[in-house]
Amino acid sequence: MSAKLELDNVTIQFGGLKAVGDLSFTINPGELIGLIGPNGAGKTTVFNLITGVYVPTAGRISFNGISLPGHKPHQITRIGISRTFQNIRLFPSLSVFDNVRSAFIMHLPHGIAHALVRGRAFHDEERELESDVLDLLDIFGLKDAQHTSCNALSYGDQRRLEIVRALATKPKLLLLDEPAAGMNPTEKEELMKLIRFIKGKFNIAIMLVEHDMKVVMGICERIVVLNYGEKIAEGTPQEVQKNPDVIAAYLGADHEVVGGAAA
Amino acid sequence: MKYKAQIFLFIALAASLGVSLCAGNIDDYFLDILLNVGINVTLAVSLNLVNGHTGQFSLGHAGFMAVGAYGASIVTLQLGDHLLQIFGGGSIATALTFLIALLVGGGCAALSGWMVGMPSLRLKGDYLAIVTLGFNEIIRVVLTNTSGDGPFGGALGLKGIASYTNFFWVFGVAAVTIYVVSTMVNSTYGRGFLAVRDDEIAAEAMGVNTVRYKVIAFVLGAFFAGLAGGLYAHFRSTISPEGFNFLKSVDVVVMVILGGMGSTPGVIAAAILLTVLNEWLRDFEQYRMIVFALILIVMMIVRPQGLLPASLFQRKKKESA
Ligand SMILES: Nc1ncnc2c1ncn2[C@@H]1O[C@H](COP(=O)(O)OP(=O)(O)OP(=O)(O)O)[C@@H](O)[C@H]1O
Ligand SMILES: [Mg+2]
Repeated sequence: MSAKLELDNVTIQFGGLKAVGDLSFTINPGELIGLIGPNGAGKTTVFNLITGVYVPTAGRISFNGISLPGHKPHQITRIGISRTFQNIRLFPSLSVFDNVRSAFIMHLPHGIAHALVRGRAFHDEERELESDVLDLLDIFGLKDAQHTSCNALSYGDQRRLEIVRALATKPKLLLLDEPAAGMNPTEKEELMKLIRFIKGKFNIAIMLVEHDMKVVMGICERIVVLNYGEKIAEGTPQEVQKNPDVIAAYLGADHEVVGGAAA
Repeated sequence: MKYKAQIFLFIALAASLGVSLCAGNIDDYFLDILLNVGINVTLAVSLNLVNGHTGQFSLGHAGFMAVGAYGASIVTLQLGDHLLQIFGGGSIATALTFLIALLVGGGCAALSGWMVGMPSLRLKGDYLAIVTLGFNEIIRVVLTNTSGDGPFGGALGLKGIASYTNFFWVFGVAAVTIYVVSTMVNSTYGRGFLAVRDDEIAAEAMGVNTVRYKVIAFVLGAFFAGLAGGLYAHFRSTISPEGFNFLKSVDVVVMVILGGMGSTPGVIAAAILLTVLNEWLRDFEQYRMIVFALILIVMMIVRPQGLLPASLFQRKKKESA
């Protein structure tokens, strides 16, 4: 079955503010697609709409033929869409291991009674799960840090751990909100490699919100550009780069940023 | 060890029964304090599941205790003779009757927990504190205003409740509470409670049904508070609405904070400490709250993580090859 995400004329209104307006785009299975736009363009809001944090005022969102609006975020994760957050949201009191383990809860075949009875099946299941978590941590070079508190990790590692945790839900579509934010150039290089690696290894579609054009242009196959909540361009990195509307939006935004800072 | 938890429970139950059988040798005053300690341990460990592990702020534990106390007492007062007859008399019949009464009390408390929790736990933010506080007061006021001749006994409460509570029941229930809370939390399934406490939005995004977790924690917490209420009623033989006022809820919250939110051993230690302290301060009743407040302030400054923080007890996973 094709795990295709379709947004069809999606709009969300916060009071008088139209944060996203009449937005339509598609993400095909296995595709690596970028979502860019100036600050406040509505990128994070699009992620929140897809993952059920917000319900659109109008329009349709469907994944795999299932209409998403009305589903709770945890249900949408079960349907196969997982995400990271612009401001890292790890579970601060949990270890690296437990952060990833918590994302495996949704795969547990048994509920609470199983944990209470603690029979052989429970222990087998926990052991199997432990090795799954460790395998995943190993792939991303975090196995040695499994016991450390996630707060003790470097910023880059925290971002990586958040991606690992999202992958642990076994998504078909992964949404990454500014994964390179706050990273230095070397870390960004590594991140680009990592994203390509994930796409190949796990065979999933990825949508990436990112301000760093080098990262976006370097890895995305297709890019959707937002400005003031509306789509102003869509195409390959080359097409988008040359698009006059995109150039104007970014220049305009820059002027605004400068003006805002001066005020 | 694989069956560590079950072995703990078995030993704790057997030990409770053993001590209970020779309780006649224990000094009455000392036994009184011990039973108080056991009941408070049950209250604190169960509230810790809600306030500590799941990060919700409930302020109405005494309300659920009241529901359990009245529920269990009404069963033994109204149906006790009946039940004893059905079970054929003797100590087994007494035990079965008391067990039924306790479970009815716990069940009523769990049901009221579900009714209070369901609407308020769907909301984000601190609604739960206000709703539970209100619930505690409503229960107290409603009980106070029932008819004095009715099954609830009005402001004077209920008298002549059979003294079924003994060492075995108190510490058996405490052991079961500790077993349920720790086994549940220390499992992959149980990481969900901690995830909800740490970040509800992230937990949802990881496929955790946060509302269900909060409701499970809250209803289970209410259930065990109800059991503690039933034990208390059949220990004191008289109960009145005033015994379950807001200050009683605060006592339990103080135990949880003092012990370290989310640390079962810490909360047990705090429950023991504060119960004993309460006993010492019995002659200075009016200063009790001042002392508690001072302890809390000092704790917040010196050891904000609590007496025995949870991290101390987190199982280090053995390095796997
Ligand atoms: N819950 C909300 N209530 C009101 N306004 C909101 C809400 N969420 C987002 N907005 C507004 O919607 C607009 C788009 O915000 P959004 O966070 O999606 O931008 P963004 O493209 O992710 O920006 P950035 O690059 O800074 O992360 C902003 O004007 C923001 O203030
Ligand atoms: Mg954003």
